[in-house]
Amino acid sequence: MKVRQWSRDLGLGMRFAWSGGREGWVRMLLTAVGVGLGVALLLLTTALPNALSVRHQRDEARLDYTYGPSRPKAANTLVISDVNTSYRGKDVRGRLVEPEGPRAPMAPGLDRYPAPGDMVVSPALKELLDSADGRLLRERLPYRVVGTIGEEGLIGSRELAYYAGAKDLAPRINGWQTARIAEFGRPQPAQSDTADPVLILLVLIVFVVLLMPVAVFIAAAVRFGGERRDRRLAALRLVGSDSRMTRRIAAGEAFAGSLLGLAFGTVFFLIGRQVAGSVEILGISVFPSYLDPTPALAALVAVAVPAAAVLVTLFALRGVVIEPLGVVRTARPARRRLWWRLLLPLGGLALLSPMLGQGRSNGSFNEYLVIGGVLLLLVGVTALLPWAVEAAVARLGAGSVSWQLAIRRLQLSSGSAARMVNGIAVAVAGAIALQMVFAGVESDYTKATGDDVTRAQMQVQLPRGLALRPAAEKFAETEGVRKAVALGSASLGDRSWKEDQSTSVTTSVTVGDCASLREVARLASCRDGDVFVARGGDFDQDAAKLAEPGRTLYLDATYGVDQGPEITWTVPKGLQRARAITSPNGSRTSGFLMTPSAVPPEVAKVLSGTVFVSVRDSVPDVHEYVRNTTAKVSPLADAQVWSATESSKKFTSIRTGLFVGAVCVLALIGASLLVSQLEQLRERRKLLSSLVAFGTRRRTLGLSVLWQTAVPIALGLLLALAVGLTLGAVLLKMTATAVSVDWASVLALTGAGAAVVVAVTLLSLPPLARLMRADGLRTE
Amino acid sequence: MTAPPGSLLAAENLHKSYGPTVALDGAEFSIHPGEVVAVMGPSGSGKSTLLHCLAGIVPPDSGSITYAGRELAGMSDAERSALRRSEFGFVFQFGQLVPELTCVENVALPLRLNGRPRKQAERAALTWMERLEVDDLKDKRPGEVSGGQGQRVAVARALVTGPRVVFADEPTGALDSLNGERVMELLTDAARSTNAAVVLVTHEARVAAYSDREIVVRDGRSRDMERAI
Amino acid sequence: MSIGHTLLGLLESGPRHGYDLKRAFDEKFGHDRPLHYGQVYSTMSRLLKHGLVEVDGIEAGGGPERKRYAITDAGITDVERWLATPEKPEEYLQSTLYTKVVLALLTHRDAADILDVQRAEHLRSMRILTDRKRKGDLADQLICDHALFHLEADLRWLELTAARLDKLREAVAR
Repeated sequence: MKVRQWSRDLGLGMRFAWSGGREGWVRMLLTAVGVGLGVALLLLTTALPNALSVRHQRDEARLDYTYGPSRPKAANTLVISDVNTSYRGKDVRGRLVEPEGPRAPMAPGLDRYPAPGDMVVSPALKELLDSADGRLLRERLPYRVVGTIGEEGLIGSRELAYYAGAKDLAPRINGWQTARIAEFGRPQPAQSDTADPVLILLVLIVFVVLLMPVAVFIAAAVRFGGERRDRRLAALRLVGSDSRMTRRIAAGEAFAGSLLGLAFGTVFFLIGRQVAGSVEILGISVFPSYLDPTPALAALVAVAVPAAAVLVTLFALRGVVIEPLGVVRTARPARRRLWWRLLLPLGGLALLSPMLGQGRSNGSFNEYLVIGGVLLLLVGVTALLPWAVEAAVARLGAGSVSWQLAIRRLQLSSGSAARMVNGIAVAVAGAIALQMVFAGVESDYTKATGDDVTRAQMQVQLPRGLALRPAAEKFAETEGVRKAVALGSASLGDRSWKEDQSTSVTTSVTVGDCASLREVARLASCRDGDVFVARGGDFDQDAAKLAEPGRTLYLDATYGVDQGPEITWTVPKGLQRARAITSPNGSRTSGFLMTPSAVPPEVAKVLSGTVFVSVRDSVPDVHEYVRNTTAKVSPLADAQVWSATESSKKFTSIRTGLFVGAVCVLALIGASLLVSQLEQLRERRKLLSSLVAFGTRRRTLGLSVLWQTAVPIALGLLLALAVGLTLGAVLLKMTATAVSVDWASVLALTGAGAAVVVAVTLLSLPPLARLMRADGLRTE
Repeated sequence: MTAPPGSLLAAENLHKSYGPTVALDGAEFSIHPGEVVAVMGPSGSGKSTLLHCLAGIVPPDSGSITYAGRELAGMSDAERSALRRSEFGFVFQFGQLVPELTCVENVALPLRLNGRPRKQAERAALTWMERLEVDDLKDKRPGEVSGGQGQRVAVARALVTGPRVVFADEPTGALDSLNGERVMELLTDAARSTNAAVVLVTHEARVAAYSDREIVVRDGRSRDMERAI
Repeated sequence: MSIGHTLLGLLESGPRHGYDLKRAFDEKFGHDRPLHYGQVYSTMSRLLKHGLVEVDGIEAGGGPERKRYAITDAGITDVERWLATPEKPEEYLQSTLYTKVVLALLTHRDAADILDVQRAEHLRSMRILTDRKRKGDLADQLICDHALFHLEADLRWLELTAARLDKLREAVAR
């Protein structure tokens, strides 16, 4: 009986929603679009784990493991060389390939290997090379494009990648850049990365922080068009429906909207999925096929969203008395009480407190306590905000007319104003907390590289045996290069490198002209042909032991895993002394220094060269010019741009996720703000027209709209700041990290909130102008 | 026809269409200082549109409107708004009081729009509310007062700037006879005492009887009954 | 209500016999009070005397009832003046107004104009009453209100008639 009554009333409500005339349709459309956006975001979230795992699998499948044991040439081997580069800040995955037999393993996404001088490229790279933007990259990759890499060989639709055919790679095999392989993929199944508890904590919180505002948003969306609905409900009461029936009918309307919203959401998601294939956010792109929602989670969304719509409506109508002659909001709502609102965040803190100071060393965090605590704290924001808005707005004094109009409106309906900004407040509070954690933990995951960026900004690694001087000259001639310092190096030991090295004494030898050597050591005098021993750096004892004139030392000529020829060098008599200083790459090492004429030819063959390039940053694309020169010097040479620090890849991707999510959520909330703003304006159209009639400036009305949005959002952001900082501090304490506030990102996030206000105001101005036309006065 | 000598506000040969609907089709109008002119006519005849054009709220498609010797058609929107703020007052049937503001704040609104300080504006507003016998409502919001009281507040607001023309569009439309009469008495008395002209759009004869003369609008054309007789 | 003007107006559409005039009058305006034949005769002779009508012809068989009357130019002017003059606002004058409107429609004159003129006349009276009411005591107010409401009722009728002129024109033309 009860079920039948429920379904009958809900059905009635749904019919009202469908047959509500033009206004009813508009309202339902708004609800559906709002819910749809939320659903799309939820589906995206459920698809994300899948997308990331597919990406990971693809990445694994094409892995060319160059660190494996050496193997002989065979019918099923391939020599492959890693020649990654980057172009204008984007990574380009590059491989030189030389199949050695008919059964050479085929890279994923390829059906045959390009001949020497040809290459196959990813669609995005092809596009780039064909465009004017790719001019400099075209110079660097002097190969003929003969095909494209298939989707299964790429980890993103916008990934830049190529395979170029090459000759005579085998002598280059060195155990790290170039290798002979018999298969692609990880040789032994990777032991799953033992996940760092702190990273897991962060991932959990990112999800909670992103999904909370979506929930808040959906709750707001099913309440669109409330006032007009109230009138309809009153009419229902007049014809004899009782107050419970009326509520259920209202819930039915929301139910219909949310069902349509599910459909919209699916469509939005499918569109977004296609669009996702053509965009790249912060260096990450995906193929549409990656974005498949996990079925169980998608089903959960499909059930939870309409159920939530019904519940939210019933909850929202709780404080409302629907009378036959109109809707009465419980006339003067009881003053909002503070105590239970405070209980929520305090409860959250209580849940988190047992884990304070646990840190990463003490194993994992209790996931339920973490999620519960964070949720309570963030829900606390939504509970505290209405109280805060009410309390603050009641105290705001008078100002200009626009201010007065806005404040008085807020005083009358502070609840709906607070609802409007709840989403933003929650999102910002969460994001601030996370930013703090990121900033705090950053030092642990960021290594100082030691590179001295004042002396050189790029470093080019040359393959072994490449003549240094011509290479250095080529770099010096490159556009935008101020100075190029070329240094060769090799290792020396007191016994043959083919023997067991465990007890040997080794040191390094550095080769360069006098000017270049002065970058690594202080030399009293220097002429070509001199040999020095630099002292006073790291490993000083070893260098001192070996620096005996006449002693024969063994040069490390092993090519990674292969054995090279035996090369020896005798310490000359005229050994001069020098003092080691910090080199451009941040190390200060004791060892031998040789000027070019002093280097025996067989030694020159095993030297690996490094060119430290200092560039003029004012020259646009200077890094690209240097990379092009690098490619010209040798395809196997590797150029790197120095930065003072480098951060953990994994860490960066979480941070990236947060930024992407925060942008989506803010856009979503902006949309909902705009919708409710427009709706409110439409309902006041007659009033607006009469205000214009007696000469109110459009600017005044525009400003009042601005204040009306800005004041609650400012309060929301303030509260978000307080809760966010608290949550951040607690989380940092949990990870046993010193608490510090990353004000720059706090500012950036509050700035983003403010940008939403401005955008919403600006977007609602044209409709406001339209509504302010006197047509609104026409009553006939 | 040219504007009659001494007229404060005059319109000639006004045309105005909303899409395919012709609202005004050659309407004429003139009013002298201190005069109360009723604009009558059936629903949809264009009388509200005539008022909107006269008040510079809506620009006519063609025709001329002169106020105190100045041509309204040549003014920018900002100039017309300024004119409405300082020289005109408005009373509508409903939906004109800002529901969030108290009554005295509503009355003071036009003054504040003209840049008058808040205290001063509200003091002046209270004086007018006394004249219209609604000063005891000053701290109430429009939702808490009766229709007749609200309309008196609206009249006070229309008169608070000392306008030279008051435009009233069905000011008693939502009121019963007694309240409507009282509002009309107060409105016309106040207007006469300040020598303000009143353009009164109404379809009710007993309301129109408070005017000095009437014009009839039919099918977008106006007819000045005083001249016709 | 002026029977003379009404008969004159009926003649405007063409010459008629006295008997035809009576029948047309009864049909359009007589309702429950048909015209006596003697009234027609005496009215026509008065109009004849004033030169507002003339005898168009007499049919064989003699007798006054066989006379055919036609309207003169002076007669037309007289009808016009009568139609243009508003009636003094009084209670229950709708029968005269109705006659005027129908006659105007019959003679293709502007019936709306008649209504507007009448409205102006009513309003003039209402203004005077309103003014008296504002200055007078409670008794004055109540008396004036009574008159005002009656006049307003007339005016409402005028409005309604104006709104129904097109329908009336069709009915009259039948």
